[in-house]
Amino acid sequence: MRNIRVVAANTFREAVRDRVLYNLVFFALLMMAAAILVGQISIDIEQQVIISLGLSAISLIGILIAVFLGVALVSKEMDKRTLYALLAKPVKRWEFLLGKFFGLVLTLAVNTVAMAAGLYAALLTVKHPLEREDAYILVAVYLILLKLAVIVALALLFSCFTTPFLAILFTAGLYGAGLFATDLRTVRGVNIDPSSLRLVRGVSYVIPNFQNFDVMGAVVHGHGIPGSFVLQATLYAALYIAIVLTGAAVVFSRRNLK
Amino acid sequence: MAQAAIETENLSKNYPYGFLNLKKRKSLEDLTMRVEEGEVFGFLGPNGAGKSTTIKLLMRLIFPTAGTARILGKSIEEVSMHASIGYLPEQPYFYDYLTAYEVLDYFARFHGLTTSDRRTRIQTMLQKVGLEGAKKIQLRKYSKGMLQRVGLAQAILHDPQVVVLDEPMSGLDPLGRREVRDIILGLKREGRTVLFSTHVLSDAESMCDRVGILVGGKLRGTGAPGELMDIQAQGMEIQFELSAENKNLALLARAVRAGDNYRVQVPEPELYKALDELKAAGARIHSVTQIKPTLEEYFMNLVAADRAQASAVEVNGR
Repeated sequence: MRNIRVVAANTFREAVRDRVLYNLVFFALLMMAAAILVGQISIDIEQQVIISLGLSAISLIGILIAVFLGVALVSKEMDKRTLYALLAKPVKRWEFLLGKFFGLVLTLAVNTVAMAAGLYAALLTVKHPLEREDAYILVAVYLILLKLAVIVALALLFSCFTTPFLAILFTAGLYGAGLFATDLRTVRGVNIDPSSLRLVRGVSYVIPNFQNFDVMGAVVHGHGIPGSFVLQATLYAALYIAIVLTGAAVVFSRRNLK
Repeated sequence: MAQAAIETENLSKNYPYGFLNLKKRKSLEDLTMRVEEGEVFGFLGPNGAGKSTTIKLLMRLIFPTAGTARILGKSIEEVSMHASIGYLPEQPYFYDYLTAYEVLDYFARFHGLTTSDRRTRIQTMLQKVGLEGAKKIQLRKYSKGMLQRVGLAQAILHDPQVVVLDEPMSGLDPLGRREVRDIILGLKREGRTVLFSTHVLSDAESMCDRVGILVGGKLRGTGAPGELMDIQAQGMEIQFELSAENKNLALLARAVRAGDNYRVQVPEPELYKALDELKAAGARIHSVTQIKPTLEEYFMNLVAADRAQASAVEVNGR
């Protein structure tokens, strides 16, 4: 545990010193501009517009950080050879990977929480006071964070065996496919032969189902999210991340460094 | 036989290359060697000889195609054993957003040292490598030589029993080289084992108990620098003084003259015969010394032989 903690803390420190959290300034400006504009032009839908825009921005910024920094977690260490001195210490390779994973997830958590605070601040400027339904935004933010953790795990896996460019492509591609995982399971068509249908359905269960984390529509309209849904999404993310990271550890444990 | 500090048996490494990685390039072939506890062992060889490959294999940064390696009696696969090893990579590079103090503190944490212990050791190390004045500067502002010093500090921070240094003199100015030499000799005095690779033969000659010479991925010779050169003793040199001309003395034909003083080289079996002739001619013998090649000559001969062999194989293979 100690080794994982040390690597994670250093990964977080790297993100802070490399000014990754500067994206918060962009988010703050976006929220301020949205609050001012919405206050002037919207009629009774200020709240929906702000929540929708805020959650979309939290998700998009988080995805960009998760994909690009997730891929760089291992590939940068290999390219710059900072990994050499570390792996000669009594550190197992899977401990290094887990440390990197948790370090970036911690960075994303801090980033996401800060952006959620910004979203609430924007809401306060267009609507006084906050209501009970506004607490559902926190559930949506939590599910976005789970989604980001899955993306980080995927980026980490791909960066263990391919080039950074391909790892970014694979991660982004899988994210895109994962947005339609549920739709793929229910696909029907008279012109599709049964074996292809079975293949598509099989793939839909293997790729990550990012629809499991999407509650934005409900939250924007002030609908509650059942606890069972949140629990199910949490267990799904935990299991998927565990499987992906195990794969990454297996690949990385026998990887020859340059 | 006492336990070796470092021991390899038929250690080999092939790198795949070409389309679909179907071809193999042998980077290291059947390396079997021992480094005894407490000795300073120098790894010599030209670029691409397999020195860094061997060190990376020992540090489990790459994995062998065949063979085994043990450090302090334990398989290199045992991660816990790495607590007793210090390693300086070739042209080291560390997290450039950290200061020298922070990077040493980061590495020290993997050894489970307490906060106060870490602080004391880091201070000592920074002093030892001459970076105390720059400890609060981020490594992105460090020169190559300064990074080398940080690398050396992290390698010996935790008092390892075995220290492996890949080109420790690289990038250092003469003062830095001398400091590294002093540190290596200090480690030897403390009874630690040091394995280092170098291109600088004089460093190996002055510091190593033994050297191993790698050429073309094969170990071509191991032994004390003096021993290796004895193997190839090239004859004897006699220095003498002869005032009267003596045209019957055949040795004079191949002697180098400076006034009345002469220097002549003779094969070792002919030494006594030559001395008898000189005595009979009335010469005064000043000295008789064995002619040995320098380590550099020995090394260059091995490299030249290897390249000639490689060319021959290429020609025959056509």
